[in-house]
Amino acid sequence: MAGAGGGANDVQWCFSQVKGAIDDDVAEADIISTVEFNHSGELLATGDKGGRVVIFQQDTENKSLPQCRSEYNVYSTFQSHEPEFDYLKSLEIEEKINKIRWLPQKNAAQFLLSTNDKTIKLWKISERDKRPEGYNLKEEDGRCRDSTTITTLRVPVFRPMDLMVEASPRRVFANAHTYHINSISVNSDNETYLSADDLRVNLWHLEITDRSFNIVDIKPANMEELTEVITAAEFHPHQCNTFVYSSSKGTIRMCDMRASALCDKHSKLFEEPEDPSNRSFFSEIISSISDVKFSHSGRYMMTRDYLSVKIWDLNMENRPVETYQVHEYLRSKLCSLYENDCIFDKFECCWNGNDSVVMTGSYNNFFRMLERTQRRDITLEASRESSKARQVLKPRRVCAGGKRKKDEISVDSLDFNKKILHTAWHPQENIIAVATTNNLYIFQEKVN
Amino acid sequence: MSNETEIANQAMEEATTEEQQEMQDKVVSPEKAEEAKLKARYPHLGTKPGGSDLLRKRLQKGQKYFDSGDYNMAKAKMKNKQLPSATAEKTEITGDHIPTPQDLPQRKPSLVASKLAV
Repeated sequence: MAGAGGGANDVQWCFSQVKGAIDDDVAEADIISTVEFNHSGELLATGDKGGRVVIFQQDTENKSLPQCRSEYNVYSTFQSHEPEFDYLKSLEIEEKINKIRWLPQKNAAQFLLSTNDKTIKLWKISERDKRPEGYNLKEEDGRCRDSTTITTLRVPVFRPMDLMVEASPRRVFANAHTYHINSISVNSDNETYLSADDLRVNLWHLEITDRSFNIVDIKPANMEELTEVITAAEFHPHQCNTFVYSSSKGTIRMCDMRASALCDKHSKLFEEPEDPSNRSFFSEIISSISDVKFSHSGRYMMTRDYLSVKIWDLNMENRPVETYQVHEYLRSKLCSLYENDCIFDKFECCWNGNDSVVMTGSYNNFFRMLERTQRRDITLEASRESSKARQVLKPRRVCAGGKRKKDEISVDSLDFNKKILHTAWHPQENIIAVATTNNLYIFQEKVN
Repeated sequence: MSNETEIANQAMEEATTEEQQEMQDKVVSPEKAEEAKLKARYPHLGTKPGGSDLLRKRLQKGQKYFDSGDYNMAKAKMKNKQLPSATAEKTEITGDHIPTPQDLPQRKPSLVASKLAV
């Protein structure tokens, strides 16, 4: 089958690589908190709870050989954020990287935005493969030459050296968020980006760090009246004036920045009506949207709530056009999931390159691929047991109740500590990055 | 068919409909069943007013007990004396004890490289 995407069941997924330690004793700092491919898919960035960023680069040397699928190798790693303490507010500021977003490439260097709860940083990642040699006044190791020994003049030349990848912070966007940043999104105009916290969305210019415009503010005058918070926000992929933000009540608001400076009034409100007779204590909690992503086409958007993935047509506000159950069998476990806080887990979701398949994570290191055209779905597992080179992943099945079949796993046997919250899909190829707690799995399409 | 059989059949149908109704009442949605379980364990859940404890808990993430005002007042008061030293145990610092910056858990950046980069 040709092209990227294809049907979930046409594609067979194989293990390609796994990064990270094998041991079960996971240090908190090693917990992966974000995964993101750049626009070409050549680079894959991860952020962790320890504030570190690791960037992998696709090895394109062996791409011509069909058996040797390109591998991702470490390209650069750096400490993006450090823990801070705000003494005035008595607040501990975690260094955990909440999101990484790449800028489209404009020159030889790569740029990405990484953010923790309070501060966004623009990092420049550049390569150095040449260095000047033959200075007149100093030796190669830096020592000064004795000027009396210099009898001739030479022009320094650039000589090749071992590739060095350097990451440097070019901008620090700080002090604009009272609450915790949950999203950043680069605008298609390549000049601005937004950052969203629980109650506000701010607009920044990539060059300007001492000012940002507040474009959404849902903080009530009296905090006792607070009923919902912002959970995610994203710019439209093509329309630079349009962005959406999702809420903890399951609604998505689309805003047009041309309408007014403060976009408190939405231009569209996407909300699925709820049957009031079905309402329970859990209804609002499980309707909270943990992620919102526009399709590459810009025609649709996808939202993830606790139990489902919904695809919305931007032209239709009153209900989603498609709804997929991720793990409906958890509905009868909500009480214990509330008690162990799992009900508040924030799962992300992503589109494949041609918007035909969407992917999201679940528990027990399972992840789900939902194919849109034929409404087929598949559950796969990221595990060390299925980590042999080019091993094809077997579909997994969860038994909700009753008699458990041979290959099925029962709901009560699921490991709720093994959650896949972050996944990413290569923008053009069938290559996916799946993050378990502290490991990064890379799976690729089986090539015959 | 005789009258008796007809009546008997009708009675059976009614009985089945009744049974079905009973079953429906018993087969509550799984969500509502879970809600009942939760309410049984925590009877006061959801009865408190004011915007939702959940949201407020979410907004207050990271709050530690260190009052810079108290700390500076204590420092000013005890110019010549030493500030109360940190407690040995890692209990939460409340009450008469004035927390010092030393009491707060020291968070240093990770000097170790990520294990993904190996």
